[in-house]
Amino acid sequence: MSMELLVVSGRPGNWLSLRDPRLRILIALGFALTIVSLRQVPLLLLALSFSVALVLSTGLSPSRIFRRLLVLEGFMLVLLLLLPFSVPGEAWFRLGPMTATWEGFQQAIVILLRANAIVFALLALVGTLEPVVLGHALSRLGVPDKLAHLFLFTVRYLGLLHDEYRRLHKAMLTRGFVARGNLHTWRSLGWLLGMLLVRSLERSQRIVAAMKCRGFNGRFYLLDGQHWRWADSLYALITVTALSVLLLLDGMT
Amino acid sequence: MAHIPDGVLTAPVMIGGALATVAALSVALRRLDSERIPQVAVLSAAFFVSSLVSIPVGPGSVHLLLNGLMGAILGWAAVPAILVALVLQAIFFGYGGLVVLGVNCINMVLPALICAALFARRLRDVESQNGFILGFLAGGLGVLLTGFMVASSIAISNPDYLPAAKVMLFTYLPLMIVEAVVTGAAIGFARRVAPELLFLPER
Repeated sequence: MSMELLVVSGRPGNWLSLRDPRLRILIALGFALTIVSLRQVPLLLLALSFSVALVLSTGLSPSRIFRRLLVLEGFMLVLLLLLPFSVPGEAWFRLGPMTATWEGFQQAIVILLRANAIVFALLALVGTLEPVVLGHALSRLGVPDKLAHLFLFTVRYLGLLHDEYRRLHKAMLTRGFVARGNLHTWRSLGWLLGMLLVRSLERSQRIVAAMKCRGFNGRFYLLDGQHWRWADSLYALITVTALSVLLLLDGMT
Repeated sequence: MAHIPDGVLTAPVMIGGALATVAALSVALRRLDSERIPQVAVLSAAFFVSSLVSIPVGPGSVHLLLNGLMGAILGWAAVPAILVALVLQAIFFGYGGLVVLGVNCINMVLPALICAALFARRLRDVESQNGFILGFLAGGLGVLLTGFMVASSIAISNPDYLPAAKVMLFTYLPLMIVEAVVTGAAIGFARRVAPELLFLPER
């Protein structure tokens, strides 16, 4: 219940869950590095359909996928809308004093395709991992110990603090608080944030004391059985080949 | 609000961002005492949860960045805390890309460190001005600097992005005002209720 904030569980026992988490992270990274250097729209479409197929094969429910579609934040929307007007080239249409160009439109499309292909692949390959398993895999991949520990502890307390936040927020609502775009709302939310921080500090002091009682000396031992199998190497080989072919095809034209 | 997706920036900018992040991270991790990790983690989880809250402004709503506040409270420890938050947001929520993680991280971290240098000591001074004003400045400055860094990392990548980058800066204005007020209220509150919260960076 407390972990519901992060977990995107695919169908249990799907084929991806049999693969080593490290392999899934490495493939996602290799895929992302390849995709950002592709320029041809057809190849990007191919990559996008591959990542969509990957997401579907993990058994994620479509509603969850749509909720996690590339979140186009305000400023990115600005960039994509202005690109056709700022890139010089063949005229497409006119809007007042500005001329939109095909080249600019194509650049915007390339950015959209790249970003979405990577988001979907990341969601399918890494987003379906348990956060704790992800932390262990990152540590096994050579992420510094302190960072990996911080990651694991943060994931551990996210759910608890989300509950704490909901409790405080509910208390405000009970007293008739309505969030509006005014100074009173912002100040009240600031106090809520302050209270959340004060409570977290107290909680963390209890946690550290309890851990010291149990002999915590700054080392956090990771016990798990992640085994690299020969099939993982096979998948890695296939991925490297496929990505190299994509890069070659992209460079040919 | 400050998450650049993959596929926008050029390789030199992404490599530069990654190198800068690694440099900041290696200093920060050396300064982070292992015994403090649980404490930093609980606070960074609190920041993460708070950044999910959408706050109404005019017709729309915004999400807080909180890097100014994190810098003021956590000091150097804000660097790994922000990185962890960005990794979680990229992987589980689809905010921001994977390859541009370095750029996204340094865009948040550098303003946090600047806020730490400017405000952390003043906040600890019991005699000094009221907490709301210092928090207001830290929150506003965090957003302002991040906005500048996001806009310039996009503009450096490709001169064609320049007009968009200029417009982009204005989209940060409402967030800057809200974040300044919220951070000011949070720090004013913390100073009255639990001043020890502001003494963390020294340990």
